[in-house]
Amino acid sequence: MLNRRNFLTAAVGVAAATGLAACAKEDDSSSTSSSGGGGKKITLGFSQVGSESGWRTANTDSVKSAAKEAGYSLKFSDAQQKQENQISAIRSFIAQKVDVIAFSPVVVTGWDAVLKEAKAKKIPVVLTDRSVETSDDSLFVTLVGSDFTDEGRRAAKILEKVLEKAGHKGNVKIAQLEGTTGAAPAIERAKGFKEVMDADHKDDWKIVVSQTGDFTRAGGKQVMAAFLQSNPDINVLFAHNDDMAIGAIQSIEAAGKKPGKDILIVSIDGVKDGFVAMSEGKINAIVECNPLLGPQLMEVVQKVKDGETVERWIKTKESDFMQDQAKDALPTRKY
Amino acid sequence: MTTTSRWRALTHHHLFWPLAVLVVLLLVNVPFTPDFFSIKMTNGHLYGSLVSIVLFGSPLILVAVGMTLVIATGGIDLSVGAVVAITGALACSYISDQADQSALSGVLLAMGLGLLAAVVCGLWNGFLVARMGIQPIIATLIIMVAGRGVAQLITDGQIITINSSPYKLIGGGYWLTLPFSIFVVALVVAVTVGLTRRTALGLLVESVGGNAEASRLVGIRSRRIKIMVYVFCALCAGIAGLMISSNTSAADGNNAGLWIELDAILAVVIGGTSLLGGRFSIGGTVVGALVIQTLTTTIYTIGVPTQTNLVFKAVVVIVVCLLQSPKFRAKVLGGRFGTKPGANGGTGRPAAAPAKTAPATEAAPKMEVS
Repeated sequence: MLNRRNFLTAAVGVAAATGLAACAKEDDSSSTSSSGGGGKKITLGFSQVGSESGWRTANTDSVKSAAKEAGYSLKFSDAQQKQENQISAIRSFIAQKVDVIAFSPVVVTGWDAVLKEAKAKKIPVVLTDRSVETSDDSLFVTLVGSDFTDEGRRAAKILEKVLEKAGHKGNVKIAQLEGTTGAAPAIERAKGFKEVMDADHKDDWKIVVSQTGDFTRAGGKQVMAAFLQSNPDINVLFAHNDDMAIGAIQSIEAAGKKPGKDILIVSIDGVKDGFVAMSEGKINAIVECNPLLGPQLMEVVQKVKDGETVERWIKTKESDFMQDQAKDALPTRKY
Repeated sequence: MTTTSRWRALTHHHLFWPLAVLVVLLLVNVPFTPDFFSIKMTNGHLYGSLVSIVLFGSPLILVAVGMTLVIATGGIDLSVGAVVAITGALACSYISDQADQSALSGVLLAMGLGLLAAVVCGLWNGFLVARMGIQPIIATLIIMVAGRGVAQLITDGQIITINSSPYKLIGGGYWLTLPFSIFVVALVVAVTVGLTRRTALGLLVESVGGNAEASRLVGIRSRRIKIMVYVFCALCAGIAGLMISSNTSAADGNNAGLWIELDAILAVVIGGTSLLGGRFSIGGTVVGALVIQTLTTTIYTIGVPTQTNLVFKAVVVIVVCLLQSPKFRAKVLGGRFGTKPGANGGTGRPAAAPAKTAPATEAAPKMEVS
């Protein structure tokens, strides 16, 4: 307990100190960028979605450590999953005249106004992890992140393997746990999965129920409990992230069924707890969505600052895991 | 008593409309989930939709019961969601530091720590409201915003997963084939009803809510009463926090209890307690919380598309609130269900009721219901 308390006091102290330092730095950076900033330290404004999951925390840590390594001054802001917080963070980055703005949009739409403000001040914008829908493509330079649609397709493909391995015959009745309504990963993962399903499994696969679990364990658990009541014949669960799958597993067990056997589970992300569940045989396959994109982001920031052209979409490196790979992969999972 | 007058007495009971809505919502599920009302034994405990509703609704009932008393004093507590997060985070991070996570002493100490933190939050709220005279909505907003940050600080921004069977009991376990949380809720509700209806405490709370200054002048220590209700509310939220984290065996500083304060306020209003303060109904609140949880379950089972979830929820809530309004009932449904606006005789008079006109004569018949 004492440790915890010491930690808290220390953390509050550090927070206060960094707060002061940040104030001092703000004056610094505004003077550097107004004087042209040639050869000076690059200032990067980064607005994160929040810290809703282990995945996100790993993503945040990766960006912070990569910025430190590259010697950039990083202004970090946590939007706590609210678009209005993120818009005001971006506005403050513009006011502080940072060199490059990077952010992971909370939702897909509604960014035109604030991105136009950034463009007017000639501050390049790089998106990370998630994309946006804008009227004008020149509003952001590039996206560093995963291809969610492809993750959905990969999930469907790996489900084929899972079904084959389990020796499943007959109709596949799928329950889908969607992510936060309106978020890009939720929309695109569902789209990609459906694409493969409609193309190759029009007759034998069917999504019988689909509902949002808000990417949280509690959400996944509650929604799955209701699914099992209304559709007791579900035999496959496709969860848009591991946390919802972990919550759903608890509901499946409470209903007296065996997760991974009676109901086959495929999920996306690859967080540590997900791999733990997979090594216990409760999740059948995981499609990785790599959060460690910090180094790639810093490379892009440097290129953008130097005026080089970059690709519109820089995809992160990812792989798929079946149950038999879980035990070997588990010790290497950082998040 | 004629049939009509019996019908009138029934529809005028303050629990009639909330209960009617609850029954309708439950019935709506039947075509979609044919065995909705069936309860069977699975793995040595009862299993069924009704059990799930009570299990998942337990934290909300607790928070809403605490909120009822705060609202009865004319206040409001927005910080309950953050208190839920802090309590769960403290308890789980303490347990995760233990060598033996299933040791009963460690689990009890963890729960004690969590609840202590909740009480401190309640004291802070009560101090700001009663001693400093800050508007309740502002005073409790402080912990609502800052508290979630504290919870994330405690968990390091991670989801802390624990593996502790005694801790699992409080929010996700079963006792005597029923979810253990039902017993916790029953105990808290019974204690609250006992304290407020069998002693003068309930009357004091209502009088503070009716008119704090007048109450002080007749010798009621209104400040002490106010501090007490905020502490009680935070304690209820703390127990709910333990339940929520125990239910998934994980502390999620960012999402645990998110927006539960709004659901709790809604439950109180659906239950017929006026936001202006004064008279309150614990029984109504429990029904209100069950209505909200049933609505959530209904949305999941009847296959409302995700994009229209909130619209569906909003429409139902609007309908419930309109049904609760005597003016609306008198206008739309005619005299059969409602009373004339302004006629006070013995009706539930929920949302729009001016609490200040609730003297002892009217409070008396209320004592028996809860």
